[in-house]
Amino acid sequence: MQVPAYVEYEKATSLTHALSLLAKFGPEARVLAGGHSLIPMMKLRLAQPETLIDINGLTELSYLDSTGTELRIGAMTRHAELLGSRLAGQHFPILHDAERVIADPVVRLWGTVGGSLCQADPSEDLSAAFAALEATMVIAGIEGKRTVPAREFHIGPYETVVGPGEILTEIKIALMPGGGSAYEKVGRRAGDWPVAAAGAAVWLEGNLIRTAGIGLTAVGAPQFAAREAEESLIGAPATQEAFARAGRLAAEHCRPVFDQRGPVEYKRHLASELTVRALRRAVERARG
Amino acid sequence: MNHDHFRQQAYGPAARKEDARFLRGKGTFVDDIALPGMLHGAMLRSPLAHARILSVDTAAAAAHPMVEAVITGDMLAERGLAWMPTLSADVQAVLATDKVRFQGQEVAFVVARDRYSARDALELISVDYEPLPVVMDAGLALDPAAPVIRDDLGNGRGNAIFDWSAGDKAATDAVFASADVVVSQELLYPRSHPAPLETCGAIADLDEITGRLTIWCTSQAPHAHRTMYAMMTGLPEHKIRVVSPDIGGGFGNKVPIYPGYLCAIVGSMMTGKPVKWVEDRSENLMSTSFARDYHMRGEIASTADGQILAVRAKVIADHGAFNGAAQPAKFPAGFFHIFTGSYDLKAAYCEVTGVYTNKAPGGVAYSCSFRVTEAVYLIERMVDRLAAELGSDPAELRMKNLLRPEQFPYTCPTGLEYDSGDYPRALRTALDLAGYDALRAEQAAGRQRGEYMGIGLSFFTEGVGAGPKHQMDILGLGLADGADLRIHPTGKAVLAVSCQTQGQGHETTFAQIVAAELGLSPDDVEVVHGDTDRTPFGLGTYGSRSTAVSGAAAAVVARKVRDRARLVAAAMLEVAADDLEWSGGAWRVKGDPEQARGIAEIAMAAHSGLDLGTGVEGHLDAITVYNPPNLTFPFGAYICVTDVDAGTGQVSVRRFIAVDDCGVRINPMIVAGQVHRGLADGIGIALMQNITFDAEGNCLGGSLMDYLLPTSVEVPSPELGATVTPSPHHPIGAKGIGESATVGSPAAVVNSVIDALAPFGVKHADMPLTPAAVWCAIQAVANTTKGVKAPDV
Repeated sequence: MQVPAYVEYEKATSLTHALSLLAKFGPEARVLAGGHSLIPMMKLRLAQPETLIDINGLTELSYLDSTGTELRIGAMTRHAELLGSRLAGQHFPILHDAERVIADPVVRLWGTVGGSLCQADPSEDLSAAFAALEATMVIAGIEGKRTVPAREFHIGPYETVVGPGEILTEIKIALMPGGGSAYEKVGRRAGDWPVAAAGAAVWLEGNLIRTAGIGLTAVGAPQFAAREAEESLIGAPATQEAFARAGRLAAEHCRPVFDQRGPVEYKRHLASELTVRALRRAVERARG
Repeated sequence: MNHDHFRQQAYGPAARKEDARFLRGKGTFVDDIALPGMLHGAMLRSPLAHARILSVDTAAAAAHPMVEAVITGDMLAERGLAWMPTLSADVQAVLATDKVRFQGQEVAFVVARDRYSARDALELISVDYEPLPVVMDAGLALDPAAPVIRDDLGNGRGNAIFDWSAGDKAATDAVFASADVVVSQELLYPRSHPAPLETCGAIADLDEITGRLTIWCTSQAPHAHRTMYAMMTGLPEHKIRVVSPDIGGGFGNKVPIYPGYLCAIVGSMMTGKPVKWVEDRSENLMSTSFARDYHMRGEIASTADGQILAVRAKVIADHGAFNGAAQPAKFPAGFFHIFTGSYDLKAAYCEVTGVYTNKAPGGVAYSCSFRVTEAVYLIERMVDRLAAELGSDPAELRMKNLLRPEQFPYTCPTGLEYDSGDYPRALRTALDLAGYDALRAEQAAGRQRGEYMGIGLSFFTEGVGAGPKHQMDILGLGLADGADLRIHPTGKAVLAVSCQTQGQGHETTFAQIVAAELGLSPDDVEVVHGDTDRTPFGLGTYGSRSTAVSGAAAAVVARKVRDRARLVAAAMLEVAADDLEWSGGAWRVKGDPEQARGIAEIAMAAHSGLDLGTGVEGHLDAITVYNPPNLTFPFGAYICVTDVDAGTGQVSVRRFIAVDDCGVRINPMIVAGQVHRGLADGIGIALMQNITFDAEGNCLGGSLMDYLLPTSVEVPSPELGATVTPSPHHPIGAKGIGESATVGSPAAVVNSVIDALAPFGVKHADMPLTPAAVWCAIQAVANTTKGVKAPDV
């Protein structure tokens, strides 16, 4: 049995309470959401926070609804809830594609959307999905709330703009007509972190791509996005040639590293291949 | 009604007796046991793969208020316990005194009042290491310039452990020299790990008053462990009791004695209290017995029309830092010489060189039937390579070369005597189940559309059930097993066996064996195992030897009881014993079968005041030792159908057809369960399971995030078939089955993937066939994800 080091535990009863606890216990305190990254790291003693602030009682952060112009996802929404949401699937099938291949059913039942984003693993699937959708993050602090574009949320591996006294509370995605989206992942096994994955969101006008978002994960893409590939698609006809060009650009501008999942050239190939596949499926979906 | 009919009533599919407690969460595993005053141990392990220990400072740890003892290698050395014998007659450091030789090696042991404090105190120990250059590549271990890992041995052999060969080199070379076709291939069987659900652990309790040591531990071989503890500690063997309670999977991982067990014993000696030590998942993956790591070169010779003539193999066997392989002493490469496979060969020759590297020790684990896994993989890949070279269908080539039923018993060119087989029937059964011709047609059509489907075959022969003891021993202990059968006056039976179940269902199968021999219901037979105080001596459960050896002992001891019962029945019926025959589960008067006595009636009479006649002891209890005359040779034909996504390299196993022949099946449901598990193993080994290291010797497989085990998503529902060719020398005609599927399936999976990739000109790729490995094979670029190459791409 792996055993964590000594840690204090506080159970927050509201967002305000959680923020005050964070202020009280300082930077060595950690927010405990689903705990599927933090607890294993504590058991391995790779993380040794002094205090855990448990926000699992904060039902006020667990919701998934539409304002008519935005889809709003509370940060404490469990993966299984996002996967089970018809609203989310209807507007953004990329989210269901991604959730279906995140970990396993047990992890998805308890792990949270906000927790995954704040863990900021460079291989996180949702980071790529929200980058493709150009989502907006809502962050609460003792002073109030602020919003940050998904593409400015990450500072680096395992680091986000969420400060020591802050909590991510919500993810917002703008609702626009004519859209389609998809997510393609290669893992070594079900539930594995991706070797590489690509998400694509497109909005069509006739056969032309009005706008496109491409998210990449596990391949060292800045802010999980493939900007050059996206730019190449804007105003282009939705053709195999355009997808292939976008794939090439996605591969060219990412920075994968060698690890047990594969060599650099393979991951670069996947960045291209999966971008093409995701675009193809996203366009099919946009066309209904 | 005849005896066979009655046996069939006791044999057959039946839910396991063990299920009731396991499914209700009522099993008792080592970590479930809590003794009054019990302390907890934690192990400090080396962060480096090779380093000299300059100093170990335990003062701060010892001062921790909850710590009762801190044990170092030097302290063990004072007791003569710093080194322990391994199952391969090497020695292994219990706690390092001079050097650490692999990452994760045991350095110090803390005993504390709770598990958390023990773990906390590990961080208070400071060890000064002087890093040394590492040897991670087995191929470079024998380089004269390589650093010597085992300088403690002082034998001048560098990193070489053994050289072993089998077969006739000159005859084999001559056949190769004149053969029309010779195909050779480098093959790596990569390092994997059994990764049982329950990790290893022990509780040691030395009673200072009686001098009795009781060890509850995760052991597949409690009796062998007891003898080894006696030899190591100097405690008299009759004062040692080893109890192996419920075991959460072994697969060979729980055959050796690990340093943690001995440290728990020493901890109990030092504190006078019971000490529990249970390793965590990373410790299990990084330090306990691994499997495989065979670096092989195979060669196969045939005529131009596909008659296979001979095989040759040269192997470097990476045994890690200590030779901890568990196998019969005279067979340092196990039964690798069964690499002659299932084919009618003129000659065969293999050479195996064992080497030390800076990796965890072990080598024979994970359901490998003592290296039969590596042998089957080699021959079955070579046959497929030959088929591709000749442009033959791999099924046809196999059928053409399989041994014919009339050739049994068959002595293979390396000297093993295969007991029985009908190989063509098994292969035909598998081909029919698969719909082989239709699959080939579908494959051809798919290739036109750019779809890459693979059909892979494997035909394996195992040799399992060691001894015979005059040929096979471990540390001088012959591989024979005892059985003790007691029949209570009411006719209920208790069978005590020396082997230990880790999920194989012995409590059910062995009850069925006894029931069949005595005309009882299996419910009337209780099977006792795992406790050296309650069971007769024997070597334990591994190498598919439980049914082959202990199962045979159970049948033999039941027949002894039956013979004793005959004398009692004769007294009851007032006839001569010779006038009785065993039929329909009872002793009956010949010619007057209504005059009969069953075991329950006989048992009561045997314990009663009835005059049994001169020289008849009474009671029915019996004991036996079964020393097998030969190995048993189960075999099977496997077919794996895969779909490969050439754009991503992903492999999906669509179907797995497995036809096993394990002789007489006692409980087909348990056989099916064993096969299901083994196929999952094989698919995992072929596609994902791999313990790798970086160039500095850091283990990259130390968690289940890195060491991947397959899930239900990757493993299809297998399609099973059976043929039954009884073993002629086994009392009930059974052969081992526990490892067949693990042994036979990886080659089928790899053959299937390589078959799928044939249009790309791929001839071979090493396991595990991860998406990256498959894509690299297609691109014909070097796959840099395996082995020890530096991450500099």
